[in-house]
Amino acid sequence: MTKKMKKRLYRILSGGAILLLAVSIEHLMPYSLGNLLLIVYLAAYFTVGGDVVKNAVRNIGKGQVFDENFLMGIATVGAFFVGEYTEAVAVMLFYQVGELFQSYAVNKSRKSITELMDIRPDYANVKRDGAFVEIDPDEVSVGETILIRPGERVPLDGVITNGNTTLDTMALTGESVPREALTGEAVISGCINLSGMIEVEVTKEFGESTVSKILDLVENASSKKAEAENFITKFAKYYTPIVVICALLLAFVPPIVTGGNFGSWIYRALTFLVISCPCALVISIPLSFFGGLGGAGRAGVLIKGSNYLEALANTQIVVFDKTGTLTKGVFTVSKICPADGFAGDKLLETAALAESFLNHPISKSLLCAYGKEPEQDRIGEVEDMPGFGVRAVVDGENVYVGNRRLMERQGIVSPAASEIGTVVYVGVEKIYAGYIIISDEVKEDSAGAVRDLTAAGVKKTVMLTGDRREVGEVVAKELGLSEVYTGLLPGDKVEKVERLLKEKPEKSMLAFVGDGINDAPVLARADIGIAMGGLGSDAAIEAADIVIMTDEPSKIAVAIRISRKTLGIVKQNIVFAIGIKVLVLLFAAIGLASMWLAVFADVGVCVIAILNAVRALKVPENV
Amino acid sequence: MRKVFILEDLDCANCAAKIEADTGKLTGVNKCSVSLMAQKMVLEIDESISGTIEADVKKIVKKYEPDVEVTAK
Repeated sequence: MTKKMKKRLYRILSGGAILLLAVSIEHLMPYSLGNLLLIVYLAAYFTVGGDVVKNAVRNIGKGQVFDENFLMGIATVGAFFVGEYTEAVAVMLFYQVGELFQSYAVNKSRKSITELMDIRPDYANVKRDGAFVEIDPDEVSVGETILIRPGERVPLDGVITNGNTTLDTMALTGESVPREALTGEAVISGCINLSGMIEVEVTKEFGESTVSKILDLVENASSKKAEAENFITKFAKYYTPIVVICALLLAFVPPIVTGGNFGSWIYRALTFLVISCPCALVISIPLSFFGGLGGAGRAGVLIKGSNYLEALANTQIVVFDKTGTLTKGVFTVSKICPADGFAGDKLLETAALAESFLNHPISKSLLCAYGKEPEQDRIGEVEDMPGFGVRAVVDGENVYVGNRRLMERQGIVSPAASEIGTVVYVGVEKIYAGYIIISDEVKEDSAGAVRDLTAAGVKKTVMLTGDRREVGEVVAKELGLSEVYTGLLPGDKVEKVERLLKEKPEKSMLAFVGDGINDAPVLARADIGIAMGGLGSDAAIEAADIVIMTDEPSKIAVAIRISRKTLGIVKQNIVFAIGIKVLVLLFAAIGLASMWLAVFADVGVCVIAILNAVRALKVPENV
Repeated sequence: MRKVFILEDLDCANCAAKIEADTGKLTGVNKCSVSLMAQKMVLEIDESISGTIEADVKKIVKKYEPDVEVTAK
């Protein structure tokens, strides 16, 4: 509890006690002096609401007329004048309770959300003059070596120079399975070191490191406001003056016209003033969005602003980049087809050995599938033939590994492969030995992601790829995508997205999902740019509106669900709060609502709206 | 240039909106956003007012919420 809140609590408790005293005096000693009773009530009133009255007077001096202090002050002072002492004090008491609860709830959810994102490292153990000293991560420079013990947070981005360990990336990615990190591999700040002691060479200064970038992004997200937030601020601006004017009219017009009793009309007008504070709305809307942003962050989805969270709910078209987004972007051997008289393992071994000196994605995937260290002494002369493949002497024989044109050039007769992917033909001397298919693997959750999106109401799922038509169409079919465009150059992708943007229905949103590598222009052009696997990729974090920290496309549907839920809560709160207030205003105008009901309409609605808003923190499981 | 102020103990949403509106009207302020939840004010201002902006913001905040502590980040 903050100091301000404690002070308020103290006011409520002591004021409440004096109120009890006043009420008992009134009931036990009905013949006591009226003035004494008024004095006790006034004492209770000023104990509870002295600061409100003081603020009201001071604010009027500053030209601040319609603030809540003034409204509460005038309503309760008015109640004193019409002889409703108990109500005057009680209304002030409830108002203070409501205010206290409001600051408590806001504080509490603010804390729970910032704790979620509390990935800021406190210190770094840096090697200086041969010994490790504990200093602020800010003071460590690039190239220095830091020591990270088990249980400590990785303070800066770097590369492991000594030691192996596992890292908990939960706070960054929402992924609960620890990630293995070995010597020579990169580590990202914000992770927690779990098992082993490691030494890390720092590659980025603290201000440039992942943890700073993420914190910056999260902290600034709530300053990019959603339309619903702006609506409510505008609404509040007009609501209060209108209600106050209505109250004034209500106090004087009917009694003058009908010649009725001023007292009862003034009481109704005062009731109006109690309801005129737009607190419930104004507080619950940003609180809901903040909760939604926090919940998404916990699921590993960083959203750069409430406006994007709001836009996500209207997503009708999701455009995917293929490589690295729906597929792993890693090429692996998917099929080995040896010719008659050759064994599969032998074919792979021959190809891997022949390609072992080349630094090419294809040779890497061959070696990876081979799984053993290539024996150097079995390989003789190697000749790289760009555009064709490679000729290498393996075990004393001439081996040709490459495309079909290489086979033709060498006069080797080979069949045409029908499989999808890159086909690597192998020939030994003049004999055809078989072919190996290397293809990009579809991510485990890609099909599920497309299904979830469709279930979440996305009308069109589109895939853009630079790949050949056969490859693209097979992947699109496998995943159940509604449209696919193949053979695109990077520039074509922007053009395609622009065309889709033109065709889409008004108000619906188009989201583009890419891996942040050379699709920054498309990310920027789409209504919502979503970058995948944001960990470590600065370009992605910069260009996108939403960053998915893990490599899972299924998180897009999760983000849409969070967005829909948050917006649902926002709408409930707007309708509920405005509805109750208007209803009570009507009741008050015809004399059916007491000031008690009015206090409920103000404080009670506020409390309920806040409790509802806090729900946004929880990530919904289903659509 | 961008300028960030921390508004400690800001807990009245309506006041936050008023602070945002008034600060946004200052000459040299191109954009102002007050986040109640982050207790922060993010400003986009002209270089020319960088010396006076802090005092002006403090004055506005004091007007609506005298208990709020303003610090430049």
